[in-house]
Amino acid sequence: MIRKILTKLALGLAVAAGAVGGAAAAEGGYPLDFFPQNKLTEMPSLQNGARIFVNQCLNCHSAALMRYNRLTDIGLTEEQIRKNLLFTADKVGEPMKTSMSPRDAKEWFGAMPPDLSVIARARNSQHGSGADWLYTYLRAYYRDATRSTGWNNAVFANVGMPHVFWEQQGPRRGAMIEEIKEVKDEKSGKVTGMVRHVVTFSETGVRSEKTEPLSDDAHAHTGSTIKLGRAEGGTMNAQQFDDMVGDLVAYISFMSDPTAQVRKRMGVGVLLFLAVMFVFVWRLNASYWKHVK
Amino acid sequence: MAAEKQVTTTGLLGWVDQRFPLTSLWKGHMAEYYAPKNFNFWYYFGSLALLVLVIQILTGIFLVMHYKPDAAMAFASVEYIMRDVPYGWLIRYMHSTGASAFFVVVYLHMFRGLIYGSYRKPRELIWIFGCLIFLCLMAEAFFGYLLPWGQMSYWGAQVIVNLFAAIPFIGPDLSVWIRGDFVVGDATLNRFFAFHVIAIPLVLIGLIAAHIVALHEVGSNNPDGIEIKAKKDEQGRPLDGIPFHPYYSVHDLIGVTGFLIVFSYVIFFAPEFGGYFLEYNNFIPADPLKTPAHIAPVWYFTPFYTVLRAITEDFLFWWLVPAIALYVILVWLTARTFMAKLVATGVGLALVAGFFLIDAKFWGVVAMGAAVVILFGLPWLDRSPVRSIRYRPDWHKYVYTVFVVAFVVLGYYGTQPPSPAGNLISQIGTLIYFGFFALMPWWSGLGKFKAPPERVTYSPH
Repeated sequence: MIRKILTKLALGLAVAAGAVGGAAAAEGGYPLDFFPQNKLTEMPSLQNGARIFVNQCLNCHSAALMRYNRLTDIGLTEEQIRKNLLFTADKVGEPMKTSMSPRDAKEWFGAMPPDLSVIARARNSQHGSGADWLYTYLRAYYRDATRSTGWNNAVFANVGMPHVFWEQQGPRRGAMIEEIKEVKDEKSGKVTGMVRHVVTFSETGVRSEKTEPLSDDAHAHTGSTIKLGRAEGGTMNAQQFDDMVGDLVAYISFMSDPTAQVRKRMGVGVLLFLAVMFVFVWRLNASYWKHVK
Repeated sequence: MAAEKQVTTTGLLGWVDQRFPLTSLWKGHMAEYYAPKNFNFWYYFGSLALLVLVIQILTGIFLVMHYKPDAAMAFASVEYIMRDVPYGWLIRYMHSTGASAFFVVVYLHMFRGLIYGSYRKPRELIWIFGCLIFLCLMAEAFFGYLLPWGQMSYWGAQVIVNLFAAIPFIGPDLSVWIRGDFVVGDATLNRFFAFHVIAIPLVLIGLIAAHIVALHEVGSNNPDGIEIKAKKDEQGRPLDGIPFHPYYSVHDLIGVTGFLIVFSYVIFFAPEFGGYFLEYNNFIPADPLKTPAHIAPVWYFTPFYTVLRAITEDFLFWWLVPAIALYVILVWLTARTFMAKLVATGVGLALVAGFFLIDAKFWGVVAMGAAVVILFGLPWLDRSPVRSIRYRPDWHKYVYTVFVVAFVVLGYYGTQPPSPAGNLISQIGTLIYFGFFALMPWWSGLGKFKAPPERVTYSPH
């Protein structure tokens, strides 16, 4: 918890200082963006997210622990769910299962895409919340012609999933991966110097690389950072795209912990009750103990 | 027919009392059980441990109604409880938070015993029962942690059961026997379920009963560490004692309410507690083919896990062998009986010989076990003329502080991936942990002790 807060603080400071280029980079050298938390309580966002999820994600992924009629929690009626969202099931009480068969999945992607029911909780880490991870991941695709899908990802290197929202974000986006490493002498294993290894992907995914030695007084630290280019040619502008992905991630977060909002409201009541009770037991105790000399 | 038992109660209670010692039990353990009147904050945690036990048993009963101990269904059944069972999420969060809360209150309860010398004569058995309860609690938590069948459940169990494989000769077969399979699987899940819901709780409840009976036999210690039974009034009641009921029953209500505030805060606002109470990786279903990059036990096991990891071959030969040699020399210089010198030398030589013969991994397991078992010896290791820390030399407080810091640091490094610096700090922490106990017969008797008061320190409020 504290570690998380500190990491977030460090991240926030880094952003404030304009050092976004990986001062507090997550694994893989790409810092996580902050998911806009307010979307978690906004019904239009959650409903839009549910619509995108059912239309896009559910083609390949399941959310088998989530029932369709649970969407009533985000303000939809069973009738609305039945009419608009029930693609892979017959009854609203059924769980969200993909119609893709595991055999096809194996052939097309190499493995069955993971079930997304609790993915937002599983992706929590000291680098940020699961929602931060998903929000960054879905927006961090870049062109890489060496991958079978034509895409790679700055958060999840060599991911099997293609860029589902390429039309919206844009089909052209380059990236630059900079890695600073130590050079070791093959025989003695001693460090003889440092090099900068840069891999560049053009906006159509053409890969090129170069390696240059670093002088000793460069004070460089080993590690890798990824810088993404601007996505070009999409049907949405960057703001609209971020907003759409935000809605989707809000829904995925809701789905991973559907009682979260109910729980917090109930918690306020419970704590208020206990606070009042504390006053009573404190005075009760005092009235007994005043006779003890 | 035998003569009827004479009782002072009448009516229904009288009828019961003639057949069952209800009134005398009530008096002996509640209304006329005299507890010292100077209990402080540290004395809340015994009753809180009992409260958490009740919470765990009650929520556990409801969880078992919906949980499926089956490798193919376990993970989904936990989420079913979280989503489809009415208030299932509340029951499950109470149980998962309760597990961590149990260790929080038990660690604080044990620390209370440590600083006020509550384990000293005549309370050795209370302490031993308590240590057995702690062992049971660790087993209970370990077995229970497999049940959600997430990645951490699975690989945590795999790592711990594999430790038994380090035992020479019988190890590999023993670990298969424990798992019931060559890897953790359905058979393991079913037997862990049986241990978690029946076997260990039965033993636990028996031990807790023994712990309380032993306590009520000799009476409670107190922050001054003096015997309240030494000073009694005409009726034979301790002058500084006070009936447990109603005084401590209302007093403990404050502790209970305060505890519930913290407990509820976690349940309703931070049930994962930043990944410490519910580990994030455990939201991924168990996959025997995918080993997580970093396997860490839940926080309450981490100090002992760090001790396990600290024992490397280098540590055995460069740190432990000299430490054991110095220890044996110390025994030779100071022990009063020849027998003690002989035993120390024998054990020391056996250990050093063992380091050469058996793999360091085995000694890691031994050290982890010893870190718990050494607690049992506390009543005999402590040679201080006074019980309470209040009347010990000031520098003793620093010794306790160093011990607590070492324990917390060990706990912290158990949650971290291994690193050279972390390893070194873990090894120093391990030496401090064992040194605290092993050297206690010497340091606990040294220094200038203050005279404890005749009567307990108490100011009316």
